[in-house]
Amino acid sequence: MSAAIDHGDTAAAVAAQSGQALSGQAHSSRAADSGRLAARFETLKREGRGGLVTFVSAGDPDYATSLKLVQGLPGAGADVIELGMPFTDPMADGPSIQASSLRALKAGMTLRGTLRLVEEFRLTDAETPIILMGYYNPIYAYGVERFLTDARAAGVDGLIVVDLPPEEDVELCLPALASGVNFIRLATPTTDDRRLPTVLANTSGFIYYVSIAGITGAGAATDEAISAAVERLRRHTDLPVAVGFGITTPAAAASVARLADAAVVGSAIVNRIAANLDENGSPAPGLVDDVLAFVRTLSDGVRAARG
Amino acid sequence: MQRLNTYRSGPDEHGHFGIYGGRFVAETLMPLILEVEQAYNAAKVDPAFKAELRHYLTHYVGRPSPLYLAERLTARFGGAKVYFKRDELNHTGAHKINNCMGQILLAKRMGKRRIIAETGAGQHGVATATVCALFDLPCTIYMGETDIERQKPNVFRMKLLGAEVKPVSSGSRTLKDAMNEALRDWVTNVEDTFYIIGTVAGPHPYPAMVRDFQSVIGEEVREQMIAAEGRLPDSLVACIGGGSNAMGLFYPFLDEPTVRMVAVEAAGHGIETGAHAASLTGGRPGVLHGNRTYLLQSEDGQITEGHSISAGLDYPGIGPEHSWLHDVGRVEYISATDNEALDAFQMCSRLEGIIPALEPSHALAAVTKLAPTLPKDHLLVMNLCGRGDKDIFTVADALGVKI
Repeated sequence: MSAAIDHGDTAAAVAAQSGQALSGQAHSSRAADSGRLAARFETLKREGRGGLVTFVSAGDPDYATSLKLVQGLPGAGADVIELGMPFTDPMADGPSIQASSLRALKAGMTLRGTLRLVEEFRLTDAETPIILMGYYNPIYAYGVERFLTDARAAGVDGLIVVDLPPEEDVELCLPALASGVNFIRLATPTTDDRRLPTVLANTSGFIYYVSIAGITGAGAATDEAISAAVERLRRHTDLPVAVGFGITTPAAAASVARLADAAVVGSAIVNRIAANLDENGSPAPGLVDDVLAFVRTLSDGVRAARG
Repeated sequence: MQRLNTYRSGPDEHGHFGIYGGRFVAETLMPLILEVEQAYNAAKVDPAFKAELRHYLTHYVGRPSPLYLAERLTARFGGAKVYFKRDELNHTGAHKINNCMGQILLAKRMGKRRIIAETGAGQHGVATATVCALFDLPCTIYMGETDIERQKPNVFRMKLLGAEVKPVSSGSRTLKDAMNEALRDWVTNVEDTFYIIGTVAGPHPYPAMVRDFQSVIGEEVREQMIAAEGRLPDSLVACIGGGSNAMGLFYPFLDEPTVRMVAVEAAGHGIETGAHAASLTGGRPGVLHGNRTYLLQSEDGQITEGHSISAGLDYPGIGPEHSWLHDVGRVEYISATDNEALDAFQMCSRLEGIIPALEPSHALAAVTKLAPTLPKDHLLVMNLCGRGDKDIFTVADALGVKI
């Protein structure tokens, strides 16, 4: 079903399927916003290279440092920015990302603060897509409708909400699509051919393939396994495929960028942030430069991959 | 609110009790959750499965547990006749084994080769380790470091039974963090591993499945009370952490309009202090650990830490069916403080010769207030869901005694 959906126009397609009508205003501004992801993947295709999706937790280690980092990511070669919405109990994440989430919370980060960070980023960058990744409870507490309105206004292009499977689409996924925010779903090695259409049905922007059954940062899949998985996904969808979990080096990012449309790197970048903190958790003066230099090596790897 | 002619029809096909319940888990787990649901639906109508479970409950667990008229406490209260459902007499000393026995038989049926569980007070961990020893399956138990410290005897028991106890050092180092770690393990080892959840919470079908396995408590009470008094009980009282012992006691009576039900949450130092584990009294609806339910949380939707003297009640959530029963008003949810539970603990030990766990001591604390207000022909059943051997160090500490 989703193979027939042009991902640049998902909200309209979903609305048509579910018989909902989009208001004219929502439709036009949606087209502008959800276009960022589509446009970026179009650019990558034109340039004949795989993309780099970088993850950091919003507000890690503090708001000001985090904003500088995020502002520096496009210049360091990040094609898409995945921004973690900190949560106390990130059940599907490994120790690195859990620790980064808790650092951000300790420094006072909130969901409102995460949206403000996106707003401030948009003042300096109108083109790099930003997707928010996290868990449902903070969004539920904020209020779904209010969250979607504020996220769109801030310049958010998509959402990954780890604990909302397709069975719970009515919670956030369908309202998000109707308001023009992409909802990016994870597919995993346990998602078999029978289940894939369910997972893809309301997915838009891209599909995020989790290359191992496990938590973030836990290990790496072989090129053969990734290649087979990407081929399998492509039989089911025209959406771009990004592959993540276990990618820690420029070489690994490069080999994924050869096989898929983009490589996602999270724990390795977050570990680099942690390595630049003193024993009180305060950032060393060179933190931003060091982390961005590391992102640059990943990006160079990705850009050279198909050279 | 919709009008109901039954309180026993939940959950719906998506696992919802009203707005509560559901399946809020990572995609990696979804195929397995659906497989567990399918396997459970088949097992619960299979006479062979029911017969096997019955066999082990009778000959291994020691069911039915007695329904005992607590005469000295009844005399002390001067009101209702107070009966104890003696689930502390089960093998391993609590109601937890009823559920573990059901789930391990299901895991075997599904061909799973490894068991994981989380535990707070250690009772569910001991019960899980026990059935794993019995059926020769390797077992890993996640337990917060704080709980490991305050429940040493149970940690040693689990190890004697052959289980690996993995300390959890994240977050508040208690039950919620142990549950996070167990979910992480499950995501990683989804192919061969069965997760035995210890209470009526988590993603569908767990809340319904655990309730069904624990309903043996209420079903026995019904028969035993009719045998003893010729009629149904008038009140049922049980403590609530996640709420499995209460759900097991209440469920068979939910559609009996004459039966009053009272559930007792842990008020810790007092609800007003913020240091408590009373999710219904002091929390609001949210989504955690696979289900929507009442949670202790901040304005921003961050989960906050519960406090109770009882490690078994120290959880910031509650089973989703309880959240629903609370909203529709079928069950009364009240709370008792650490100190009230400690007083009840000592009273029961001295007057009845039964050392109760700190968990049901909360229920007894409520009974000390309720029973005197009720007529002498009022039949009150309290679920004495665990024995207190594991808690003597905590209690000694609280009373300033060195042992």
